[in-house]
Amino acid sequence: MTDAPTANARNGNSGARRTARDLPPWPVALLACIGVVLFALPLVGLVARAPWTGLWTHLSSRFVVDAAVLSVVSSIAAAAVAALVGVPLAWVLARVSFPGRSAIRALVTLPMVLPPVVGGAALLFALGRRGVVGGPLHDATGLLLPYSIWGVILANAFVATPLVILTVEGALRNLDRRYELAAATLGASRLRVLWRVTLPMIGPALGVAVVVAWARALGEFGATVTFAGSLGGRTQTLPLAVFVALESNRDAAVAISLVLVALSLGLLIALRDRWWPSR
Amino acid sequence: MSFDATGAAVGGLQADIRLRRGEFELDVSLSVEAGETAALLGPNGAGKSTIVAAIAGLLPLDGGVVRLAGRVLDEPAASVFVPPERRRIGVVFQDQVLFRHLNALDNVAFGLTSRGMRRALARERAQDWLDAMDLGDLGHRRSRALSGGQRQRVALARALACEPDLLVADEPLGSLDVTARNRLRRNLAAHLSSGRNGGSASPAAPRHGAGSVPRLLITHDPTDAFVLADHVHILENGRLTQSGTPDELRRAPATAYAADLSGINLVRGTARDGEITVADDDPTPSPTGRRPAVVLHAADTSMFGAVLATIHPRAIALHRERPSGSPRNVWRTTAEAVEPLGDITRVLLGSPLPLTADITPGAAHELLIRPGTTLWVSVKATEVDLAPDSRD
Repeated sequence: MTDAPTANARNGNSGARRTARDLPPWPVALLACIGVVLFALPLVGLVARAPWTGLWTHLSSRFVVDAAVLSVVSSIAAAAVAALVGVPLAWVLARVSFPGRSAIRALVTLPMVLPPVVGGAALLFALGRRGVVGGPLHDATGLLLPYSIWGVILANAFVATPLVILTVEGALRNLDRRYELAAATLGASRLRVLWRVTLPMIGPALGVAVVVAWARALGEFGATVTFAGSLGGRTQTLPLAVFVALESNRDAAVAISLVLVALSLGLLIALRDRWWPSR
Repeated sequence: MSFDATGAAVGGLQADIRLRRGEFELDVSLSVEAGETAALLGPNGAGKSTIVAAIAGLLPLDGGVVRLAGRVLDEPAASVFVPPERRRIGVVFQDQVLFRHLNALDNVAFGLTSRGMRRALARERAQDWLDAMDLGDLGHRRSRALSGGQRQRVALARALACEPDLLVADEPLGSLDVTARNRLRRNLAAHLSSGRNGGSASPAAPRHGAGSVPRLLITHDPTDAFVLADHVHILENGRLTQSGTPDELRRAPATAYAADLSGINLVRGTARDGEITVADDDPTPSPTGRRPAVVLHAADTSMFGAVLATIHPRAIALHRERPSGSPRNVWRTTAEAVEPLGDITRVLLGSPLPLTADITPGAAHELLIRPGTTLWVSVKATEVDLAPDSRD
């Protein structure tokens, strides 16, 4: 190549310019570094404190296994409830124009900003043994939601459903309405349009919504402990077990925490690869 | 056409659409007969999309009636409203709107399974349609892996597979550039007219064309309307300002907009290597007994056989002397009529090729054009657009 030096010079020049543009101003760089440290430090602490040799013993103890089984069952059930209730709600909020729509949207997304303990207390006042609905329900059927697995699922769904509603409503608003109109002109009933066109087309967003709702349910603490208590083997989920173990058995608490951290990290990596736009 | 007991036409579309959306008022009556292609031609904002929405059932009427194949689909006075999924109207949308999550085959099969056909049978039928559209091997492809022309044929197959009572094509060439438009217009012309006469030998076998289905083409492009349609309705500001065959509209435009659109010259002929031998439909023999065939040169050399050449009236230049220079098409003729139409002066040219030319009033004055004036005509080869002649 006869003009190689020229080409190299030009490349070198543009490379230098790009590097200069990509370097952040020093205050930005400093604050960003502090941010990273802020998030990394607790993880370092957890890993440093981990009882690596006895890890399996702790994790296979009755106390941890019971909590893990309950957590998995109740978080999956809560994610299912969140999808079942959240998707229709999102559809109504996105597609139907009615007075008070903003008020309804605020109401159903309230648990996202409400302290979970307050949510749990509110659930208790409504559905507890002496609650406005819970009392008559107990008298009529003998069913008691608090301090049962049903209470755990309800508390988890209460905090997880708003995530589904917001994500799915956004996806529905971004979907070109003409796909649904095209399906209707092809003879598809409204339910078939929803099932065969709308839901598949917002599939990625729906997937993210359900997974995020599930993760939120898995980590739920405040609403669960207030509404369902922390009864070992009945309502004590993994986050509750960590809290209890911190008092009695720190190694077990750290072991459970490591599992939850690994699970969350794995989830985020999986989500990034599948659904989040990678560069 | 057949008639029912009340004398109303059976088959085809009769629409009397009255709608108000805010300040905009739509009041349009139009009908499309079985086997006919009608075009609704109008500028943006004239109300074309609203008419599509009203006919397809996406927007209920305020007044009037929509009747298709003898069924009343919407009549507010009688409290009748048939929802879109039960109207049997196939719509080809602008940008096709193929389902991204389905492949081409399942896009075409969608309407069939929606109507309760078993999936396996629906896929078989859909495959037949893809075969008929020369897409037989592409059934497994998603829409983003198809070219614009292929997507358009899938969209057409998807709409026609349901055997609709009416086919509506809403700006099917909408957002394409000029080259793609010309190519896809040919594509569309070929498939809209296929199966048009007679149908197939066996009544049980599905016909894979638009056949006798009435077709309504929505467009803002006069070339689309004049090339593809038998009947053109011009829509301006919510009202039909003129309806007629392309020839009728060209002969007597009723409004300035119609005049501008309808000056488009259509010439039928036979193409070979960019040379179009023009069909002679003048029944009077020339003094010598035989007329020399008129040959037009087009820049497009890809077409063979029966074609429709379109030439915009502003693309025709008129001269008093034989012009020198590059135009491929130059001939001598006489002015038959001169019509001032405001900003332009329209000159109707006589034998050997009766064309309409629009020139400025100043140029008309300079050339001293009167009926009977001898003129030289020149047209660049690049101004002669070709489309397959779908008429028989």
